[in-house]
Amino acid sequence: MQFNQKHLLGLEDLTEGQITQILDTADNFKEVLGRKIKKVPALRGVTIANVFYEPSTRTKMSFELAEKRLSADIINFSKATSSVKKGETLRDTLENIKAMKVDIVVMRHESSGAHRFASEFLDCSIVNAGDGQHAHPTQGLLDMMTLRERWGTLRGKKVTIIGDIMHSRVARSNIWGLTKMGVEVTVCGPPTMMPVEVAKLGEGGVKLEYDLRKAISGADAINILRIQLERQKSKLFPSMREYFEVFGVSCDVLKSAPEGCLVLHPGPMNRGVEIAQEVADGDQSVILPQVANGVAVRMAVLFLIAGGTVEGDELN
Amino acid sequence: MISWKDKRDFWIMGAKIADPAGGKIKTGSVLVQKGMICEVAPQKTPETDLPVLDAGGLVLAPGFVDIHTHLREPGFEDKETIETGTAAAASGGYTSIMCMANTQPVVDDPSVVEYIRRRAEMSGRCRVYVAGAVTRGLAGEEITEFHHLKKAGAVALSDDGRFIVNSKVMRLALEYAKMIGLPVISHCEDPYLADDAQMNESYVSTRLGLRGAPAASEEIAIARDIRLAALTGGRLHIAHVSTAGGVDLVRKAKKTGIAVTAEASPHHLTLDETMLENYDRNFKVNPPLRGARDIAALRAGLKDGTIDCIATDHAPHTEIDKQVEFNYAPSGMTGLQTAFAQLNTELVEKGEMELVELLRLLSTAPASVIGIPGGRLEPGLPADLVLLDPKEEWVFERSMVRSRSYNTPLIGKKFTGRVHGVFLEGKWYSDVS
Repeated sequence: MQFNQKHLLGLEDLTEGQITQILDTADNFKEVLGRKIKKVPALRGVTIANVFYEPSTRTKMSFELAEKRLSADIINFSKATSSVKKGETLRDTLENIKAMKVDIVVMRHESSGAHRFASEFLDCSIVNAGDGQHAHPTQGLLDMMTLRERWGTLRGKKVTIIGDIMHSRVARSNIWGLTKMGVEVTVCGPPTMMPVEVAKLGEGGVKLEYDLRKAISGADAINILRIQLERQKSKLFPSMREYFEVFGVSCDVLKSAPEGCLVLHPGPMNRGVEIAQEVADGDQSVILPQVANGVAVRMAVLFLIAGGTVEGDELN
Repeated sequence: MISWKDKRDFWIMGAKIADPAGGKIKTGSVLVQKGMICEVAPQKTPETDLPVLDAGGLVLAPGFVDIHTHLREPGFEDKETIETGTAAAASGGYTSIMCMANTQPVVDDPSVVEYIRRRAEMSGRCRVYVAGAVTRGLAGEEITEFHHLKKAGAVALSDDGRFIVNSKVMRLALEYAKMIGLPVISHCEDPYLADDAQMNESYVSTRLGLRGAPAASEEIAIARDIRLAALTGGRLHIAHVSTAGGVDLVRKAKKTGIAVTAEASPHHLTLDETMLENYDRNFKVNPPLRGARDIAALRAGLKDGTIDCIATDHAPHTEIDKQVEFNYAPSGMTGLQTAFAQLNTELVEKGEMELVELLRLLSTAPASVIGIPGGRLEPGLPADLVLLDPKEEWVFERSMVRSRSYNTPLIGKKFTGRVHGVFLEGKWYSDVS
């Protein structure tokens, strides 16, 4: 089955079927990653540019590894070492990359909508590795992959997302992806970090609950967002200790959730702020499996965007 | 169709003559001599040796008056010049415009007023009135020399683009302007609530991950300035009202007799926030495009007189300015060339407003808000007229843009109602071949 999307800009644009296709493909690639030789020739001859305007450790490494596992040729660009410092515009930088005949641009950018803007003038495929506060689709996908492999199916499950929803592209991509897959999503965080009309987000909307214990009381999984320390400077919450007291997930708080409730975190973690040490490293945590799945999901996305089909023999 | 360039003494015959002040459109003829309207005659075919221009049933109305134009000159000639801005104005049916003070240097000194007026005389395609800054450097701290600005030709005061945050400064401005006899125009936006806002705050901003300005940021500012107008008895004009709450505040203020007027822009009357869906920077304006409820309230405000007039907020920006990430793009869209066509299409053609009322809101009403000439078609007045076909369908093509900038989302749009040209003191300018 062909994957009929040129770009991956956000999960809002995808159907349940397309998301399932990516997750199924990712499961296949995960098997490849367990082999002794972890490389397949699927994207041999395909050139991918990783364009990172924002600092990133996990996502950048994960994409790079995924590309290498698929045998793609890759070039890397990061803001710190580029002509951006000399005042080059995003458009000029991307036009130059385009002139080098790249097939896929993987981009992270601090501006919401930067990828949509890029799609106005790039003819290659664009994969969103995070844009501003808008979307981080591969994070949403790897979270879903992690949950699905534990549950078998996502439909009918309950997931609570905790923290700064307003500024979080991870939250938005999770909400769109999960709700499309039939998950009941609850968001929980301080009202100062809730975007207006948040309950309308996603397919069929989400539940809003300010009380953390109530919010997780029926949850099959909780996704704890990183609290960005710079937000504290704009005084969206009064202090770190108050945040941890009210929204931090400790072992005691986690007891309010049903037994076996999974704990996700997109990283990087602020241990002792939004998540307690014991929770991050505890039995219910799937934080490291998330990272492992990130590579498989990104392989799947790149493979499908490049026009691959799972029925083919590319995996051998 | 008309080759009447420079013929200053002539009859215009067979026109539907609009008298917006009287609310009527009647077929008739107009005699123009030495650039002045000499006679307005009903239905007659004049016996005359003068050239006769057959208007062929088009509508002849007072030239439009825009009281909110950014001409960008001096300082930002890459975006617009007085020549290109007034050419766009004439093409859109305007014969008078008032330019805003946020140039470089700022119009906070009589010499800048004089400079603009001189440049307009040299290269302008329509009359240019100048708004002086309320505060020096638009910094919101000290008021400018209102007396000297007026003497140099300024007809109003405005820090447009910025709200005067310090209430005491705004109070002083309204008090002092009262003595000088100039209206103070306010750009109502609480800059703290609208901090780094990219669009209206709503579900759409939540979805797009863009920072929003709540309607309250405008409403709070309007409410404050209305209280200050009441306190001082100064003459307040609210620029580009965009929210339902703002319309309500102005309505209530008018009922209690406070000297306040208000304008709405063609884009706030016709476009809504959902158009930002694809992060198209040409829809990024300040105040931002709002929701359907706000558009309905603005239209109701026009209907009951709460909103006095339509003003374009024509704000040119280069393609370089706009070819960037959404949050780095400057706010503003051009509007002079499309205002009539857009509003005729959306309001008149859809039965929400009579044509003559739209013509009034584009000419007579704005002129009277600022107290400048224009908006009348009567013997003894300069022949500043617009000739238009309210039923003609046309597409606004990129090649038709007369502004130096192309930042309008309306390129490629099909309209009903087209300006055929203007007479400026009897001199014909037309873009329609």
